[in-house]
Amino acid sequence: MIPPGYFFILSVVLFSLGIIAFFLKRDLITQFMAIEIMLNAANLAFLALAGSSNFLDAQVIVFFIITVAAAEAAIGLAIVLLIFRKKKTIKTETLNSMKG
Amino acid sequence: MTDVFWLIPFAPALSSVVLVLFGSKLSKKWVSLQACGAVFLSFVFALVAFLGSLKISPDNFPIVKTLFPWIGAGSFQAGFSFQFDPLSAVMVLVVTGVGFLIHLYSVGYMAHDTGYTRYFAYLNLFTFAMLILVLASNMVLMFVGWEGVGLCSYLLIGFWFEKPSAAAAGKKAFIVNRIGDMGFILGLLFIFVAIGSSEFSAINKAIGQGLFPQALATLIAILLFVGATGKSAQVPLYVWLPDAMEGPTPVSALIHAATMVTAGVYMVARLNLLFTFSGTAADIVALVGALTAVFAATMALTQNDIKRVLAYSTISQLGYMFIGCGVGAYAAGVFHLYTHAFFKSLLFLSAGSVIHALSGQQDMRKMGGLRKYLPRTFPPFLIGAIAISGIPFLSGFFSKDAILTEAFAQGRYFVWALGLAGAVMTAFYMFRLIFLTFYGEERIEPEAKHHLHESPKVMTVPLAILAVFSIIAGYIGLPAVLGEKADLFKRFLEPVIKPPAEGHIGAGTEWLLMLVSVAVAAVGISVAYLFYLKNPRIPHALVARLPWLYKLLYNKYFVDEIYGAVIVNPLVKGSDWVYGHFDLKVIDGALDGSAAAAGFFGKALSVLQTGFVKDYALVFLLGAVIFIGVLLF
Repeated sequence: MIPPGYFFILSVVLFSLGIIAFFLKRDLITQFMAIEIMLNAANLAFLALAGSSNFLDAQVIVFFIITVAAAEAAIGLAIVLLIFRKKKTIKTETLNSMKG
Repeated sequence: MTDVFWLIPFAPALSSVVLVLFGSKLSKKWVSLQACGAVFLSFVFALVAFLGSLKISPDNFPIVKTLFPWIGAGSFQAGFSFQFDPLSAVMVLVVTGVGFLIHLYSVGYMAHDTGYTRYFAYLNLFTFAMLILVLASNMVLMFVGWEGVGLCSYLLIGFWFEKPSAAAAGKKAFIVNRIGDMGFILGLLFIFVAIGSSEFSAINKAIGQGLFPQALATLIAILLFVGATGKSAQVPLYVWLPDAMEGPTPVSALIHAATMVTAGVYMVARLNLLFTFSGTAADIVALVGALTAVFAATMALTQNDIKRVLAYSTISQLGYMFIGCGVGAYAAGVFHLYTHAFFKSLLFLSAGSVIHALSGQQDMRKMGGLRKYLPRTFPPFLIGAIAISGIPFLSGFFSKDAILTEAFAQGRYFVWALGLAGAVMTAFYMFRLIFLTFYGEERIEPEAKHHLHESPKVMTVPLAILAVFSIIAGYIGLPAVLGEKADLFKRFLEPVIKPPAEGHIGAGTEWLLMLVSVAVAAVGISVAYLFYLKNPRIPHALVARLPWLYKLLYNKYFVDEIYGAVIVNPLVKGSDWVYGHFDLKVIDGALDGSAAAAGFFGKALSVLQTGFVKDYALVFLLGAVIFIGVLLF
């Protein structure tokens, strides 16, 4: 049995990597992947807590989160695709048409 | 049978609504049939109610029917309720009877007008409002009718609104009436404050119990009379009525001669106990009436527009009705209202027939010799003129004489003398009109002469009926000298109107007074004959001799100009100044300023919105860190 503390450390590392990747990378696809990593880091922490306290409901909830994340990923990718079609680029430093 | 009286107003109302909503889909024939039929139905109901009421003992009046409680706000209660008594009966019969004939006449007169359906929708709506006015059992509902007829009057004066003068006349009528209406509202509120109700029966009871202090009663009566001077075109608010002649002629006959303008007289007669109790107010009514009767008659002397002569004549005759009310002879005033409705609408409709025949010409200088071209218009016109002049055996003689005799009997010699002076002029200007229009040389323009034609039957038949009534209507109110019971009209009205304290004049005096008024009428007619048939040079010589007098009369004493300079112009100028300085600068400035401020701050804050996803994410991250930091420490 691996102590839950390890899981938490792994989760924190993954989450931090996600944040760093989000801010360093400049194209939408990679940034999107960074967000997915952060989401799954949170999932991992959730599961670790559930496993250590024998709390089954949390595992069910995680399944839901994964399902919703799949739908969200499909929509997100569709948006990226449409942006590319329209602007011929997905570099975020050029996408500021919503400037106030 | 009298119970059906509450149904009287609704047929025209329904017809009006149908005409407004579906008028464009209805054929012209159906529109005429429906509009006239609705008023005729009201007339039948009115007749049934009237015949039924003859059998009811005087103590049971008024019969009140509350349709539903209407306004209930704390102690302010007003029901949508009607009442029926002899006074309402007279008014309802006049409104629906004369109204029906005028509707019928309009079918011919307006036949070629593009606004045919709209015209009848307004006319039916007017009939409804007028019936509400005369049937209301409280002041509040009466006010609804009062304003309703004002609205319809506005709509119908400005019926040909594409003509700027008609639109202006409608506006003038509405605004002048508004001044009077303010008096009416104030009077109504004072009554309510004093006795906590606006029911006529409650008002009369309160006067009987002495709940009104004398001064308050006078104040209320004068305020209400201000309303009456507006609606009934008395000095000083008469100025709108001559201009109202811009409307179609049947409208002038119905609204501005027979019914609406008599609403003020009806209201004073309805509240006769209040006016009598006040005393002072009744004196003012009599004086204003007498002044108006003479003042308007002098203005009618020199007018050349056939309808304007009749308009000033109407103002003058309304003055007589107020003389009657003011000297306490309310029954005589209402009697004159009733006979006047016949002969004045007859005169207007005949004038309309003349105008129709001459393709819209209203200037009497371009008429003359029409007698032989209009054989079915001339006799009714002549009968109307004789009736209004006060020649014996026609209706106008009986009613005018009843008023003047009563004024004399009450010792109001000044009022009586003014009334007599008005009577001379009435006879003069009416026969001036007849001679200029129907006798003498033809001055018709060739173009109009080419189209000259007698009016269709649908117009001349109502004329004939009205002419018959102009002759016989007076016989229900014979002078008292012919017997104690001769004045059926007065006795019929007794449940509502208590006869005045008996004046002390003998039969001999009464005969003498009658003789004087006949002589006066004869003088007026003879002078008109001398001036306009026998020797047409006399009026020209008179004008040359007294140019200032002619100018004064011809320009109607410059009253419109004086009102314009003293009241209208300063108001317009003042409003313009307020508009320029307050509306544009203060109000618009405040609004524009707040909008500009919001815009400024928006602009300043929009710097934060860079449009880059990463900037937003950074702010989000910082926020999350701070939030977690606060939670942890």
